[in-house]
Amino acid sequence: MAAQNLQSVPAEPAANQAQAQAAQQEADAAGQAHFDRVIAEDSRIEPKDWMPAAYRKTLLRQVSQHGHSEIIGMQPEANWISRAPSLKRKSILMAKVQDEAGHGLYLYSAAETLGQSRDKMMDDLIAGKARYSSIFNYPALTWADMGAIGWLVDGAAICNQVPLCRASYGPYGRAMVRICKEESFHQRQGFEILLELSNGTAAQKQMAQDAVNRWYAPALMMFGPPDDDSPNSKQSMAWNIKRFSNDELRSRFVGMMVEQVRVLGLTLPDDQVRYNEDTKKWEHGPLDWHEFQEVLAGRGPCNAQRLERRREAHDDGAWVREAAAAYAAKQLNKQKEYAA
Amino acid sequence: MSPHGNPEAPASGAAEINREAPKASPVVESREVSTSSTSDGRPVSTSSTTDGRPVSASSTTAHDRSAWGLWEVFVRSSRGLSHVHAGSLHAPDAAMALRNARDLYTRRNEGVSIWVVPADAIAASDPDSKGSFFESPQGKDYRHATYYTKSEGVKHL
Repeated sequence: MAAQNLQSVPAEPAANQAQAQAAQQEADAAGQAHFDRVIAEDSRIEPKDWMPAAYRKTLLRQVSQHGHSEIIGMQPEANWISRAPSLKRKSILMAKVQDEAGHGLYLYSAAETLGQSRDKMMDDLIAGKARYSSIFNYPALTWADMGAIGWLVDGAAICNQVPLCRASYGPYGRAMVRICKEESFHQRQGFEILLELSNGTAAQKQMAQDAVNRWYAPALMMFGPPDDDSPNSKQSMAWNIKRFSNDELRSRFVGMMVEQVRVLGLTLPDDQVRYNEDTKKWEHGPLDWHEFQEVLAGRGPCNAQRLERRREAHDDGAWVREAAAAYAAKQLNKQKEYAA
Repeated sequence: MSPHGNPEAPASGAAEINREAPKASPVVESREVSTSSTSDGRPVSTSSTTDGRPVSASSTTAHDRSAWGLWEVFVRSSRGLSHVHAGSLHAPDAAMALRNARDLYTRRNEGVSIWVVPADAIAASDPDSKGSFFESPQGKDYRHATYYTKSEGVKHL
């Protein structure tokens, strides 16, 4: 500390400062030029590369929110593990929830490379300071919801995530590649749950339809606000983080669901779905964006419950973290004693 | 309680939007990155890993987290292949890092062997010195077989 202080007292403060500033500006200009070239070539930015502060901030927000979504996303399904209708379904659900935990950790790792500590992210989440996907604030009311979540929610997530595999930030893209590989089983198992219910008794079929009815609109809103109301999208696309606009992805997703819902023998709760021959895009009925904003602002059906559960889990796990750290320290000390 | 005993089901059975404002209205939009950063946006971190991540420095101050360090994970996907970087994780020691790595990176038979390495034990080349550091192979095409074209068409060469 003292040595540093001595060093930082320059003979001519003003001159040195100006010199340092000039050097910094030069480095920034070079960094920006390199960054621009990498983006123009559609290549990847890696953690130690120079990047604009806004790019770092945008990514950090997106990647950490994405990680939080995976972590909170465990809850609606974990809730059904104990009531899954068979041992097979129970095993599948556990594997799926474990995957979500894994996805959260991949994403936290990617976010950390941007200079944010994992503890800080955890703290922000349980303090209610961080956002996560609005979808996980809706309740999973029946077993059919496990099907609808897999088919619609994971389906929408995949639609959103596949282009993110090519995101310009290397660690984020790599995390997405891993996640997308695992996510396809999630959607298929959801589809299968719905298909079996749909081919079951009239009551089972009704339960499946009811779940689809409730999850359809929230799933469409997962793609984010309409393009004219999504100010950050343009910059994200210029930076090659996002590859397609919210509406573009949403429209694509609706098209896929139209096909698949027929196989299920169910219907989408939207009588305005149609293919627009002129724009070559799928269109859907109006969505309740006020509800979306409410849920995002923390006033959804399950926001409080989700955060409370996360807080509990974090607090309940404190002794495990402490014990593991204490054990590690003890082992290290033992090793040192042997060495001495 | 619903017939399933589902704690997710509200008493009314309806998934209504809760219009009541939460006590502490959550600050949603992102916050400033906590690490102090230089004007070029790079975090000023004396101890940083290969990826520029702050090593456990931040966690040492937290009361109940202690220093769960950062580990880089390398997985050998099958015998005969080399270990390839898979990602990273936090763990208090090597044994836990290995177990966590198994759970995190090999849930689908992705590997037959795992290495874990403390992230701060890895020395990495500086991306800024890209040009000079990797300069030597430049212009030395003759180190590649494709440089020699006269033998084209000659069998087994």
